[in-house]
Amino acid sequence: MPKAQNIFRDDVKRLRPKLTVLEKNIASPVTPGSRFFPPFEITQELENKAASRIGQYPSEESRSAVLPLLHEVQHKFGFISLESIDWVAKRLNIEPIKVVEVVTFYPGFRQKAPGRLHVRVCRTLSCAMGGSHNLMDKLCAITGIDRAEADGHKDPISVSPCGNFSVEYAECLASCGTAPVCLVNDDFHEGITADKAADLLESYENA
Amino acid sequence: MSDVNYISGKEPHEKEYRLIFKNVDREGWDTSIDRYLQEGGYEMLKKSLGMEPKAVIAEVKTSGLRGRGGAGFPTGVKWGFIPPTNTKPVYLICNGDESEPGTFKDRYILHQDPHQLIEGMAISSFAVGAHIAYIYIREEFPEAAIILEKAIAEAHEKGFLGQNIQGSGFDLEIYVHRGAAAYICGEETGLIESLEGKRPYPRIKPPFFPAAMGLYMCPTIVNNVESLCHVVHILKMGGEEYVKLGTPRNSGTRILCVSGDVKNSGYFEVEVGKVTFRELLYDMCGGPKDGREFKAVIPGGSSSKILRCNESFKIGRGDDAKDLEFWDLPLDFDTLAAAGSMAGSGGVIVMDDSRKMSWVLNNITHFYAHESCGQCTPCREGSTWMRKISDRLANGTATPDDVDTLEEVAYQIDGKTICAFGEASAWPVEAMIDKYRDELIADTSEENRFRSEERVEQEKFLSKS
Repeated sequence: MPKAQNIFRDDVKRLRPKLTVLEKNIASPVTPGSRFFPPFEITQELENKAASRIGQYPSEESRSAVLPLLHEVQHKFGFISLESIDWVAKRLNIEPIKVVEVVTFYPGFRQKAPGRLHVRVCRTLSCAMGGSHNLMDKLCAITGIDRAEADGHKDPISVSPCGNFSVEYAECLASCGTAPVCLVNDDFHEGITADKAADLLESYENA
Repeated sequence: MSDVNYISGKEPHEKEYRLIFKNVDREGWDTSIDRYLQEGGYEMLKKSLGMEPKAVIAEVKTSGLRGRGGAGFPTGVKWGFIPPTNTKPVYLICNGDESEPGTFKDRYILHQDPHQLIEGMAISSFAVGAHIAYIYIREEFPEAAIILEKAIAEAHEKGFLGQNIQGSGFDLEIYVHRGAAAYICGEETGLIESLEGKRPYPRIKPPFFPAAMGLYMCPTIVNNVESLCHVVHILKMGGEEYVKLGTPRNSGTRILCVSGDVKNSGYFEVEVGKVTFRELLYDMCGGPKDGREFKAVIPGGSSSKILRCNESFKIGRGDDAKDLEFWDLPLDFDTLAAAGSMAGSGGVIVMDDSRKMSWVLNNITHFYAHESCGQCTPCREGSTWMRKISDRLANGTATPDDVDTLEEVAYQIDGKTICAFGEASAWPVEAMIDKYRDELIADTSEENRFRSEERVEQEKFLSKS
């Protein structure tokens, strides 16, 4: 049996120009936050980081590096774009669908650009008892975010019109003793009751 | 820029017995290897490298250490499951996915004492014959991943990792692998799938017991962060001495994480079974908030069954059986199992009389509906149904029959799935209905429904999360 050839997006486009199902479901819609993130680009730095991550796994098991590579992409470019999925697939020599299935499963991977400051508020029991819903309401009120369209499964991220802020509910951030807690980009903050929301955002003004 | 002041010099409570958390919150402690070496760090690794691997396993078996991740399976026994005729490489994985709601012990080990974990992993890898070990750390700990990678580099530099460690001929590499915010990755076979770069669908056991067919179909040992740290102390004290800590069959210390409606929430490292709920919640946590009374406690992470504070239990069998009030229950694996719940991961969530149980139930079912991996139909569909029914209970549009329907759905998930997530999602619902059926049914009556403004709040929350 001939080995299945990797089909990349360019080929797909050439073969069936009107195939947009993938794009509809996966492609990252542009948000007001997009302007804070550079467009996806394969740089030498990214290649070097990828090589060192792939080196962590046995040479015949490079598929293991899917998550680390996606983390590198998301850290730099804000979210996982279609182009980056193709790049990861090519880099690991696997079919793009194997990357897509990972991106669409894990809540940790974003499919659209967040704001410059992405706030993840813990929603789970101890934090909810500590007032995380009030915190979320307050954050939305301050930043002018409308969460009417938000959907915990399909579209968890809401971005403010200015693109500076975005919010999302996260499941248990594992600091229940200091509820309510949230993550701002990669920084962890504990004991953030609704009245501290404004101070929290202000502390990032010059960041 | 983070506002967490991890090293705050908070004094441990007098009833605590600090082993793993000895350096947590300690004045003048930092995460550097130099500080760790000052206090006799990596001595136990050197000692173990001079022993036979079998002797290390025997020592851990003698200690009676039970896994601290949730199931409480004896660690030494798990290590012994690697087939003796094995010729494939062996892997060790540290499960740092800590995602059980209510649990926050591993956070402090990973952030404040990374070398303790690395030493424990190195000893354990030597014992089971692993030359590559992975730390699977949850995505929500970005700082810890950086701290760990720095600590690993330091340990490399000092010759505690890498080729020919301390001249013993033993090689070991440890790598950090970040997850991506999925609760199911805490399940060991799900974690292995995730480490292989796939969706974390748990594997069916048998035949896929990790000790025989784990990562890349090679023998793999998956241990919790806390369990691996205990290995260092077992070697330091000797298995014979360690087993004297705690109570029979529940040896050692464990970290209890208390959150929710108490005056002082936090973590307490105690000898297993030496502390009762009364001592924990009144003496150590300072009792309920002013003007409130304790109502219910979830004793071991949100998937353990809820216990009412005014219950009493029959513990033990035959002549040894005795009636114990809730407050006199010691927090150990066997007693809590006998009380119909479990010690799980040590996450104690406390609720006082201000909490509506339908609201609590609703929050829990939202969590499990969000985190079900979707592999098995009963769990995928059932967790969503439970969420929808509990939405109705919480916003006051349910009928009394809904409580029965909810119970039926829960029992249709329990025991019918590949991994234990099915039970984890069904148990809290079953227990809540068992213990608070009257309150839940009363919530469905016209006069007890939420007042209109509360209901608007509820609906806003339900549509958003």
